Amino acid sequence: MSNSVELPIAKAINAGLREAMRKDPKVLLFGEDIAELGGVFRVTEGLHAEFGSGRVQNSPIAESGIIGTSIGLAMRGYRPVAEIQFDGFIFPAFNQIVTQLAKLQNRSEGYLQMPVVIRVPVGGGIGAVEHHSESPEAYFAHTAGLRVVSPSNPNDAYWMIQQAIESTDPVLFFEPKRRYWQKGPVNLDGASSSLHQARVIRQGTDVTLVAYGQMVTVALQAAEFAQDEGRSIEVIDMRSISPIDFATIIESVKKTGRLVVAHEDSTFVSVSSEIAARVSELAFYHLEAPVIRVGGFDVPYPPAKLEELFLPDADRILDAVDRVLAF
Amino acid sequence: MTLDASEPMVQFLSPEGEVRVPAQWAEYGEHLKSLTEADYLKFYREMARCRRFDNEATALQRQGQLGLWIPAIGQEAAQIGSGFAVGPNDHIFPSYREHGVAITHDIDLMSILKMLRGVNHGGWNPDETRFHLYAIVLGTQVLHATGYAMGVKFDGKVGTGNIDEDLAVISYFGDGATAEGDVSESFLFAAINHAPIVFFCQNNQWAISSRVTNQTKVPLYQRGAGFGVPGIRIDGNDVLASYAVTKKHMNDAREGAGPFMIEALTYRIGAHTTSDDPTKYREDEEVEYWKARDPLDRLEKFLRKNGINQDFFDQVAHDGEVLSEEIRKATFALGNPPIETMFQHVYSQQHPLIDEQMAWLKNYEESFGGEA
Repeated sequence: MSNSVELPIAKAINAGLREAMRKDPKVLLFGEDIAELGGVFRVTEGLHAEFGSGRVQNSPIAESGIIGTSIGLAMRGYRPVAEIQFDGFIFPAFNQIVTQLAKLQNRSEGYLQMPVVIRVPVGGGIGAVEHHSESPEAYFAHTAGLRVVSPSNPNDAYWMIQQAIESTDPVLFFEPKRRYWQKGPVNLDGASSSLHQARVIRQGTDVTLVAYGQMVTVALQAAEFAQDEGRSIEVIDMRSISPIDFATIIESVKKTGRLVVAHEDSTFVSVSSEIAARVSELAFYHLEAPVIRVGGFDVPYPPAKLEELFLPDADRILDAVDRVLAF
Repeated sequence: MTLDASEPMVQFLSPEGEVRVPAQWAEYGEHLKSLTEADYLKFYREMARCRRFDNEATALQRQGQLGLWIPAIGQEAAQIGSGFAVGPNDHIFPSYREHGVAITHDIDLMSILKMLRGVNHGGWNPDETRFHLYAIVLGTQVLHATGYAMGVKFDGKVGTGNIDEDLAVISYFGDGATAEGDVSESFLFAAINHAPIVFFCQNNQWAISSRVTNQTKVPLYQRGAGFGVPGIRIDGNDVLASYAVTKKHMNDAREGAGPFMIEALTYRIGAHTTSDDPTKYREDEEVEYWKARDPLDRLEKFLRKNGINQDFFDQVAHDGEVLSEEIRKATFALGNPPIETMFQHVYSQQHPLIDEQMAWLKNYEESFGGEA
């Protein structure tokens, strides 16, 4: 990496936004407290100072309004990037996202495109009050017309936000908020993957472990522990939740014969449900064991003092690894 | 029977067909001065065309040719008057009953019938026509209109004095939609951005079976005031008031006056849709009261008083017959859309899942050897 810098995820997204805004004057940022303050997580810090109030705007506290007006701006030729302050606050905008943003291109038979990015800090583990730790990605992955992605590291954060903004379709961009300050290298020369490619981030032979977003760190940790016990885990960072890069997952499962899928979201009708179903269809004769899912329980996200029990950790993943290897 | 009739309301053309410009509305009356006889005849012709279209579409629905019809009968003056007041660069965001506004912007009427038949979801080009697609989820389009108007403002296409470039936006919605949060949020976003938009609320007094008193405690033209959007009530069955007031406020918006709300007090003479039965919830006397205030009748009275002879009305009736015949033929000739259309334009770029499912369905259908 000739041109590499070390950045935390929050700063990498910030740098990616800056790059996108420099390249295309039609890129506008909206959201609650994103201007002078730089957002509650400081992801947009400094952008208001650089680009001014015309391009970095504090929105009223009205999520449906933020997305609904972003749709109108996209119709006018802009590329709005809207920040929803917390995962649990996206629901007032759910109607606009699902009934309008996702469908307008199809409704108009392609006359309209909707290059709108919705940035959402996602997931738990930060000791927050209710509605600040949720994983709503499955709702959006279920909706045709939306693209849903989640970076797990600074390099992906930097490149994927730019690719999302360049997309002519609406993109839900889920940012792993617990990892915002996790540092890593960012290669400024070029993206190594397209927006919807999964990536094998650790080679292994015994079990395939699939994760996305902030669970990727936990998955790598579990794979490390497993190695100490003589088990070789292949870890795949999905990166994209809709569409899912099944080719990469299937290729790995054909090699290992065993699959564990981990995420923070409740498991019932979740992203892992889809992966389990599709892998059983596409790689049935290669499977040596049922697909085991490791996720949050099917309860409302608990109070902070219980969240470590709710969230899958390396031990829960290793327990699943033991179960698939027991077959 | 009239809704808070004591509220001030702009009216120029009375139900008796008399035109009068009261002093308090003189500023609006100015916009009538440039109207020629040809304009008045155009208003009547297009209102009649709209009604004929409506009646024919209802008949087509009853014959099973359309899945549903959404009549606009009674609202022609509100729609035709305001529609013709929209400027050549302005953008229009309708709800789903704005057939009259569509007529003023040369939308192919078959596009509307295709949608109600289930052939597509609209399919006209919103950029080219400046008449955006019908929106079925109430109030959603008002935020899109507001966002569009914000974009116009960001583009610097407001108040430059260049009438070839400046533009404003008009968003249509009904009394029922005002209860939706999206409409309130639209007022707010429009006000704080000083966006060039006119909110045109057709208060037809019924949201399916709910009276407007179920949607609001204050007259609707006052609804925007708390957000910083002033408003006025017009007689929505008076095409001249609808034209003049919309003209002034679209001009003002284009020139940088910010958002404004027009409440057009009208009446839904027909059902909410062909699936509805209004006799279950409203009295005949109320409908009769409003029929006596019919927007076409009063313009016809005015035109006859001003020397327009029977030949004109015969021609309009004849044109209506021709339109009906054309629409019937075209509707009967509509085929089903090809399989691919279901999978197209879901995404702008290739999508593996959709490609796979389309291939599967085509293959599956072909497996029946054309006998499916």
